Amino acid sequence: MTGVTRPLLSRVADALYWMGRYMERAESVARFIGVNLNLQLDLPLDPARQWQPLIDTSGDTEVFKERYGAATQDSVIEFLAYDTENPNSIYSCLTSARENARSVRETISSEMWAQVNSMYLQVQSQREMPDPEWLPEVFRSIRLGSHMFQGVTDATMSHSEAWHFVRLGRKLERADKTSRILDVKYFMLLPSLRDVGTPYDDIQWSAVLRSVSAFEMYRKKYGRIAPREIVEFLVLDREFPRSVHYCIRTADESLHAITGAPMGSYRYPSEQYIGLLRSELDFMSVESIIGQGIHEYLDALQVKMNTIDSSVANDFVARIPQDQTAPSQSQSQSQAQAGRSSR
Amino acid sequence: MQFNTYQTENFHDEMFDEKGVARPEARLLLETIQSLEDGQLERCQLSAERLLLQLGITFNVYGDSSGTERIFPFDLIPRIVDAKEWDWIERGLKQRIHALNAFIDDIYHDQKILKDRIIPEEVIHSAAFYRSQCMGINPPGGVWCHITGTDLVRHGDGQIYVLEDNLRVPSGVSYVLENRDLMKRTFPQVFEGLRVRPVDDYPSKLLETLSSIAPKGATDNPTVVVLTPGIFNSAYFEHSFLAQKMGVQLVEGRDLAVQDNFVWMRTTKGLRKVDVIYRRIDDDFLDPKTFRADSVLGVPGLVEAYRAGNVSLANAPGNGVADDKVVYAYVPDMIRYYEGEDAILPNVPTYLCWRDQDRQHVLQNLDKLVVKAANEAGGYGMLIGPHSTAEQREDFHARITANPRNYIAQPTLALSRVPTLVDDHLEGRHVDLRPYILYGKEINVLPGGLTRVALRKGSLVVNSSQGGGSKDTWVLAAAEGSKA
Repeated sequence: MTGVTRPLLSRVADALYWMGRYMERAESVARFIGVNLNLQLDLPLDPARQWQPLIDTSGDTEVFKERYGAATQDSVIEFLAYDTENPNSIYSCLTSARENARSVRETISSEMWAQVNSMYLQVQSQREMPDPEWLPEVFRSIRLGSHMFQGVTDATMSHSEAWHFVRLGRKLERADKTSRILDVKYFMLLPSLRDVGTPYDDIQWSAVLRSVSAFEMYRKKYGRIAPREIVEFLVLDREFPRSVHYCIRTADESLHAITGAPMGSYRYPSEQYIGLLRSELDFMSVESIIGQGIHEYLDALQVKMNTIDSSVANDFVARIPQDQTAPSQSQSQSQAQAGRSSR
Repeated sequence: MQFNTYQTENFHDEMFDEKGVARPEARLLLETIQSLEDGQLERCQLSAERLLLQLGITFNVYGDSSGTERIFPFDLIPRIVDAKEWDWIERGLKQRIHALNAFIDDIYHDQKILKDRIIPEEVIHSAAFYRSQCMGINPPGGVWCHITGTDLVRHGDGQIYVLEDNLRVPSGVSYVLENRDLMKRTFPQVFEGLRVRPVDDYPSKLLETLSSIAPKGATDNPTVVVLTPGIFNSAYFEHSFLAQKMGVQLVEGRDLAVQDNFVWMRTTKGLRKVDVIYRRIDDDFLDPKTFRADSVLGVPGLVEAYRAGNVSLANAPGNGVADDKVVYAYVPDMIRYYEGEDAILPNVPTYLCWRDQDRQHVLQNLDKLVVKAANEAGGYGMLIGPHSTAEQREDFHARITANPRNYIAQPTLALSRVPTLVDDHLEGRHVDLRPYILYGKEINVLPGGLTRVALRKGSLVVNSSQGGGSKDTWVLAAAEGSKA
């Protein structure tokens, strides 16, 4: 008997996309915290300056201020890792990733389910913040767990339409996080011109690279730590898997694999928007980015990525009635799709 | 692990006879267990439980607002059924399902069995799951009960009885498959030398059954889906498990739409036609246009599409009429009526409270009998006389008097027991057995089924919602050369 490709349910596509996004988001948050824990050993700053940028990166500045007030190591880690009411905390992300996985268990492989479930059980059993000396290990294990999930996904699931939705979610999330950390840190680091060229400056910029696991690869390519090259590497690099360009390019590939349209053409608005962004990144120079202003450029990039996210939902999922929640600063799954996941 | 302290305590034990001697089919297993080092059985048990949690083999508990998922406790000591007895059970089940199906088809067409006064008409019309909307429907092949999970129990007299038929949306088969898998992973040495009949082909057989009832216009490879109420349903694990094992889509009501009297699912590429729906939603919630208007789980227009023969449903709506416990009492009569044979598997003797004489007897003997509401399942709405308080008996006295049609009573059965691991030793615990029967082109019985075990000492309630667990069920293949 010849096989048939079963069509993918819209609801399932949505759940796969968000499973990919939430898992990646949990990994990013874990990495940000891990890097900052490490950084403060080298470079003790006042806590607000040290930890506030992490909140800004997640896009939840207002909510955090309301609930916790000042940024300290404890309050920030509590909020970003353990807070059940913060939909972007590691706990919430893993719960949402697992909830989405549970709703499509018949579509993903058993191994994928087992991995996301065991990560969920792990955070379930560690609801309280551990002693400080355990923190680095906790966040390391979440990063590793996410890497394993990705590996298991790529190795055990057919690279069919369903897999491309997982990958699309992961890549768009990753591009989003890389651009955010760059935006926040650039803004924060640039004013201290007196530090330029000092060891502090070097350490701070290295931390930015480490926040997206880019330090080693950057070093190989550029050697010297310099803001201009860092922007070029994190936004435009063609080979580094966390650069915005790389993520958008592979997301574009997945989207075209989903629709069946040839690369460079489009059938759906989402393909058109991602194609526009991709070609922009294909031919963009770092000089031009700096000329426009880093913040202005990254801000515009965020808007474009949000448009892509919402048009993916429109093109493939919207036949299911959606509730009218306004998109918040950080993208999250709409209530109608997600059962009881975030916002 | 030794059995020297093990007591059968005058119950029928599935592993030991009344003299405490191992039954022939259990001997090899007992030897293996006895040869284990101290602590080994407990270690296997622990790793099985850990595995259940890791694999997310869980059920949701209703009325538990935290949405907690629990594992369905699993006990490592299997229940063994020898080849000859299984052969008898299988023949009995086939006969029974065939008769029940003929009955349902008759009820929704000519109602001959009522006209011939075998069953009183008012019993059917007052049955809670009788659906007049189903009159005149002709499901493909005339099959109404495609998937059945009949509950069997063995009483102290050694006889196996049918306790309930469960024709609507029986659950639990996923645990049969997972339990076997778990046994093989954690306790492989016990299979040695025994010829345990495999259960792994159930999903293939199920898919075959479902494909066989596809509507006329469908292709050779019809689109089959499993319809679930969603992830908060207590049996969600099973729904996704069966969809995954059959390689078909798991859909929710919101994924489906009816257009032009056909059923479609919403995919990323637009609407795709659906041929067969294995629905795990009760009749009432299936279609707000036909049944309960407030259902948000179902698909408006589904029943019309079904009536038109454009989509097939398994099980067929309306078949719950035979799940009524008063109707149950008439199954032996049905078998005689439709099959011209006596029932192979006996019913538990049943008192029908709407009969004056029966009711008198029941009300006078509430402390000895088990009273059941005619249309409840899951161990709810039940009084176990010998374990009841005076207050509970008074409550049931009032309930029966107020609504005699809705109550039946049966003698309290001394359910048979199987050795079960309790802390570091084995004790007898009461069990039942739910075999699964598929009815497509022919009738097929899964060898074994779900053995549920009441884990609380002395308890007779095996339901997962009330402290029940499960065991692997081993049906042994007939010895070579012998005819079972």
